Amino acid sequence: MSTHGPNMSEYSVFSLLKHTLSGHKNWKETWRSPAPKSHYDIIIVGGGGHGLATAYYLAKEHNLTNIAVLEKGWIGGGNMGRNTTIVRSNYMLEANTRFYEHSLKLWESLSQELNYNVMFSQRGVINLAHTPAQLDGFARRGNAMLLNGADAELLDRDEIARRCPGLDMSPDARFPIVGGMCQPRGGTARHDAVAWGYAHGADRLGVDIIENCEVTGFQMKDAQVCGVETTRGAITAGKVGVAVAGHTSQVMQKAGLERLPIESHLLQAFVSEPVKPLIDTVVTFGAGHLYISQSNKGGLVFGGDIDGYNSFAQRGNMPVIEDVAACAMTMFPNLGKIRLLRHWGGIMDMSMDGTPIISETPIQNLYLNGGWCYGGFKATPASGWCFAHLLATGTPHDLIKDFTLNRFERGYTIDEKGVGAQPRLH
Amino acid sequence: MKIECPFCGKRDHSEFTYKGDATVARPDHSEQDLDRWNDYVFQRTNPKGAHKEYWHHTNGCRKFLIVERDTISHKINSVTLVQGGGK
Ligand SMILES: Cc1cc2nc3c(=O)[nH]c(=O)nc-3n(C[C@H](O)[C@H](O)[C@H](O)COP(=O)(O)OP(=O)(O)OC[C@H]3O[C@@H](n4cnc5c(N)ncnc54)[C@H](O)[C@@H]3O)c2cc1C
Ligand SMILES: [Zn+2]
Repeated sequence: MSTHGPNMSEYSVFSLLKHTLSGHKNWKETWRSPAPKSHYDIIIVGGGGHGLATAYYLAKEHNLTNIAVLEKGWIGGGNMGRNTTIVRSNYMLEANTRFYEHSLKLWESLSQELNYNVMFSQRGVINLAHTPAQLDGFARRGNAMLLNGADAELLDRDEIARRCPGLDMSPDARFPIVGGMCQPRGGTARHDAVAWGYAHGADRLGVDIIENCEVTGFQMKDAQVCGVETTRGAITAGKVGVAVAGHTSQVMQKAGLERLPIESHLLQAFVSEPVKPLIDTVVTFGAGHLYISQSNKGGLVFGGDIDGYNSFAQRGNMPVIEDVAACAMTMFPNLGKIRLLRHWGGIMDMSMDGTPIISETPIQNLYLNGGWCYGGFKATPASGWCFAHLLATGTPHDLIKDFTLNRFERGYTIDEKGVGAQPRLH
Repeated sequence: MKIECPFCGKRDHSEFTYKGDATVARPDHSEQDLDRWNDYVFQRTNPKGAHKEYWHHTNGCRKFLIVERDTISHKINSVTLVQGGGK
């Protein structure tokens, strides 16, 4: 492990004051825009959170600096800049809890690590229970979390009412609330800042971040990957790691992997006009599917289910908008007076068991990071950390040894929900 | 998005239930080759563009349909009945 890191004084109260005196005209760019070199030791395809974090940890933890991140659009223009920013590790299966708890620990020191404020706010994530059986299920999950080193607390009805004053707790509520589970260390972070922070950190350690550079094919030699074709020319590479979220199938097909245990689906998100503090935690509905929090600017940020059919459209359909609005109103009736400001969509890489893939592939020198469904934001630090370890050492870290691409054909799926193969889990 | 059901005419897609990729074929029950089951249960082509898929007209005539839809534009190019009732 190296001792160098981003220059901790680059962003500080003193540099802020200094640059104030010169009218903020002399800030150095947050990351450079270099022209692509002809060769890199490792190329990461995709400049979302996962690709950028991978590059950062390759440089920071493994001292590898001849690294490029190739992004077809701009940094953070994909799902990284479109998510509802919820961070948690409230899983039940060991493979998941271990991995996401490692991620949560990385989140807790991320701003210091990157010298970039990612506004990680541990405001707690509350899952509502609407039946005693559901509450029993939460108690079981909470215990599994505690056994795996995460944190969890069971809340009764009065405590829920105290923490979330806007919730419909009336006796004739359509879905009465009997209690809930909270993960106090869960919360939210500023998604763009996470992308920019990792880009900044990686850049300062020597990584080339190359935007407007689409990978259009792979260079192969003896059935091994030895480089990529891009819209900015061919680049050779020792190893290539693919982290392109919703376009995983399309990119891997260019290397000859025609079929993967992944479908691309659309998830929408919504933000209301800004209002005074109303919800100071993250709340998820247990009777339908809805998760809601309030951003630092005051907008209520929320979302629900995927649109339901394969999609690359990056825009949403009406039935889901109605469903999400209905769920939100059922939980918080006072939201009916608030106007919706914006809504948008992102293309999700839905794996067939709801669990991610961080793995070698049947093709030598080609590695895959994908299948994030709608929970990959919280995974960003651990995903990058583990993918970097895999790329640098060629062997999977213990934390991801179960997240293999071939687990499906071997019958070792990680099915957190216990419902069998379907590309609509999360 | 609207789907033109051969029986009911053009109806909003919220009347239908999506049933996924229609190009995968279920192996025979006696199939012993696990690779073929893996292929059917888990592996998908996931095209960006023309996609052949099953829809069920759940809140209508309850027939299973094969729809050819573009996954970028959602333009529907054909709707036909699944003969025999579905997958
Ligand atoms: C509406 C919505 C809400 C969500 N809410 C949450 C949440 O609350 N909590 C949570 O944990 N997760 C959430 N997620 C999921 C999370 O955002 C994703 O799982 C995660 O961002 C995916 O990893 P990424 O950041 O690397 O993806 P992306 O940011 O999508 O990065 C992939 C990049 O690859 C690039 N790319 C694609 N093809 C090529 C190519 N051929 N060449 C070069 N570059 C290419 C794309 O342009 C893109 O920038 C949500 C997602 C959405 C859309
Ligand atoms: Zn019909």
